[in-house]
Amino acid sequence: MNHFSIQNIRTILNKHKDNKTPLLAVMEELQSYYGYLPREMLIMVSERLDVPLSQVHSVATFYHGFSLHPQGEHVIQACTGTACHVRGGIHVLDHLKTKLNIQAGETTSDLEYTLETINCLGACAVGPTVVTDGKYEGHMTTSKIDHLLEKIEQES
Amino acid sequence: MKKLDTPQELDAWRESCKNELDHDRLRLRVCDGTGCRALGSQHVLTALRQAVNGNNVEIMTTGCPGFCEQGPLVTVDPQQIAYQQVTTKHVHKIISDTLGKGEVISELLYVDPSNGQPVTTESELPYYKSQMRRVTDLNGQIDPHQIEHYIAHKGYMALSKALYDMSPDGIIEEVIRSQLRGRGGAGFPTGVKWKFCRQSPGDEKYVICNADEGNPGAFTDRSLLEANPHRIIEGMIIGARGIGATEGFIYIRSEYPLAIENLNIALNQAREHGLLGKNILGSGFDFNIQLRLGAGAFVCGEETALMASIEGKPGEPRPRPPFPAQEGLWGKPSNINNVKSWASIPSIIANGAEWFAGVGTEKSKGTAMFSMVGKINNPGVVEVPIGISLRELIFDAGGGIPDGKSFKAVQFGGPLGGCIPAQYLDTPIDYESLTDLGATMGSGGLVVADESTCMVDLARYFMNFTQEESCGQCIPCRWGTKVMLDILTRICNGQGEKGDIETLEQLANTVKTASLCGLGQAAPNPVLSSLRHFRDEYEAHVYDKRCPSKVCWK
Ligand SMILES: Cc1cc2nc3c(=O)[nH]c(=O)nc-3n(C[C@H](O)[C@H](O)[C@H](O)COP(=O)(O)O)c2cc1C
Ligand code: FES
Repeated sequence: MNHFSIQNIRTILNKHKDNKTPLLAVMEELQSYYGYLPREMLIMVSERLDVPLSQVHSVATFYHGFSLHPQGEHVIQACTGTACHVRGGIHVLDHLKTKLNIQAGETTSDLEYTLETINCLGACAVGPTVVTDGKYEGHMTTSKIDHLLEKIEQES
Repeated sequence: MKKLDTPQELDAWRESCKNELDHDRLRLRVCDGTGCRALGSQHVLTALRQAVNGNNVEIMTTGCPGFCEQGPLVTVDPQQIAYQQVTTKHVHKIISDTLGKGEVISELLYVDPSNGQPVTTESELPYYKSQMRRVTDLNGQIDPHQIEHYIAHKGYMALSKALYDMSPDGIIEEVIRSQLRGRGGAGFPTGVKWKFCRQSPGDEKYVICNADEGNPGAFTDRSLLEANPHRIIEGMIIGARGIGATEGFIYIRSEYPLAIENLNIALNQAREHGLLGKNILGSGFDFNIQLRLGAGAFVCGEETALMASIEGKPGEPRPRPPFPAQEGLWGKPSNINNVKSWASIPSIIANGAEWFAGVGTEKSKGTAMFSMVGKINNPGVVEVPIGISLRELIFDAGGGIPDGKSFKAVQFGGPLGGCIPAQYLDTPIDYESLTDLGATMGSGGLVVADESTCMVDLARYFMNFTQEESCGQCIPCRWGTKVMLDILTRICNGQGEKGDIETLEQLANTVKTASLCGLGQAAPNPVLSSLRHFRDEYEAHVYDKRCPSKVCWK
């Protein structure tokens, strides 16, 4: 788990100092660094960029890419785009829900897994597509999901 | 590397790059695009690198040539032997048999489903034979991480011509005469749009590349961004010169990490070589490009929402006029085009407007890129002349429908588009014909449906998507899509009632006319077009409690 620090926020802000309107870019970096947008960080961003906290909050809640809650150790994203849908992506998603015992958008109580849906990853020709911790897997089936989860368990 | 200061220095560099890129060399070209990666290409790549270690064989990683379904793809040069579905267990055989003894491994060849014959070389694949690759010609042929490869293939030559041999007005005239129409959806003439922006008063102007590709299941932009980012960058610099812009933005969705990586590398290379930034190629023209990432909102593909997002706000569209050419990014005149539109520019400048307009139909010129998915044998990306028939697109390039099933319809333009049924298979594909049939060119994303696809279920799927993606500013879109979705869900659950179809139709027309932006105005399209062509399927669900395709229930 990454810890909050004023140092991080300085580094991130500095990276985007040439950006006229850096709010979104800064929040994207925070999201990818912490896996979510910690409240303390949003307050700091609001102060340092001189943007009202209400605007920071409206940006945080408008975009699907942001989360206000901590994510699990492993993030599993199941594609629900059209190409994956017509190839039975919904069965893959249902199987993930059953196996992890959570709904899409939720995190397991032990903070091990977060399950997300995503609208197309651009790997449509090889769908159903699932991304685990940034790694793409094509031609997904329920048995491949079992295999994938076992592998994650073994490795951690 | 020293910055290039003159067109002559660029020419000299091109000659040396050409010599480097020796075409007779023993070389393995490995696709490293998103599709092939998802099928394990990186394991193949590692194994190949280890196996050829020390031998005189070059391994080139390329972007996506479009033939994703058959990946991982490995092509052996100079013979262009095209291997498909390669796994690590094939690596030693490729090295020992093909590289060592010049033998072709038949089990790795593509088998033409129409005659059962294996196909040996890349250029003989039926998939490529039916295409005309003008924008995508280098996809899969060059390493997108090496600017030298693009330079060797005449890269940035059009830019040099635009800067030194043409006036800004001349650039715009050339694009107007080519009759290029925007490839992002609406099909507005690109040159005309540039002219509006050029004529708008102000010294600060912006050009924007729309790489948001939000249509789920479309990936033409991705394949270009990954496989040949320099062509897009070159197009933007030429456009900026014509319009008089000093800064450019590429707004790209964050779901495309590989495209982002390749773009960043390309932008840095262009800057290092003096092709981007201050005093480009010594011409005195200054222009830079910054990358901006989306954060997962479909509506941000709409141009006014996209600009709001670059400004760091929620991506909420606003009414037009004022158009971006009058009041765009930070209130300044701005010009926004799709990835494919920008990528079409260098060859128009290099080869002339007549060359570009030499293919196509009366009102739609050039080639178009399509990504095809769904019930089709060769899902992937193709580029074909505008005006070929749907039949040629789906049965020649796409390889037809799998499992001996029959073709039912094809959805153009995803959640904002419409479907075209089998009786129109011989319709030429151009902007007007598709609109007449209730569909749209969209951004080139096609979903093919066969007899086992339920059109009502597909309409429900799209409505679910647009309802979730509605930004919620205006009531017709926010509530209209919700009520339409509720009715469709009921129909698909076998609980449709008399009057539902009529209510759906009425609501669809209201949402279409009363919504604020293009999302709400187009969200009812999948419903209206499937009602137009497949009303019987709706009626079977509602009145006979029967799903003819047995998708909603058996
Ligand atoms: C809801 C909505 C989503 C859109 N998404 C995209 C997109 O992902 N990519 C794109 O190029 N255009 C998209 N457009 C069209 C843009 O608003 C704009 O017309 C286009 O970028 C102009 O470029 P062009 O003239 O080169 O086609 C979308 C429009 C709407 C209404
Ligand atoms: S629809 Fe799933 S990757 Fe595109």
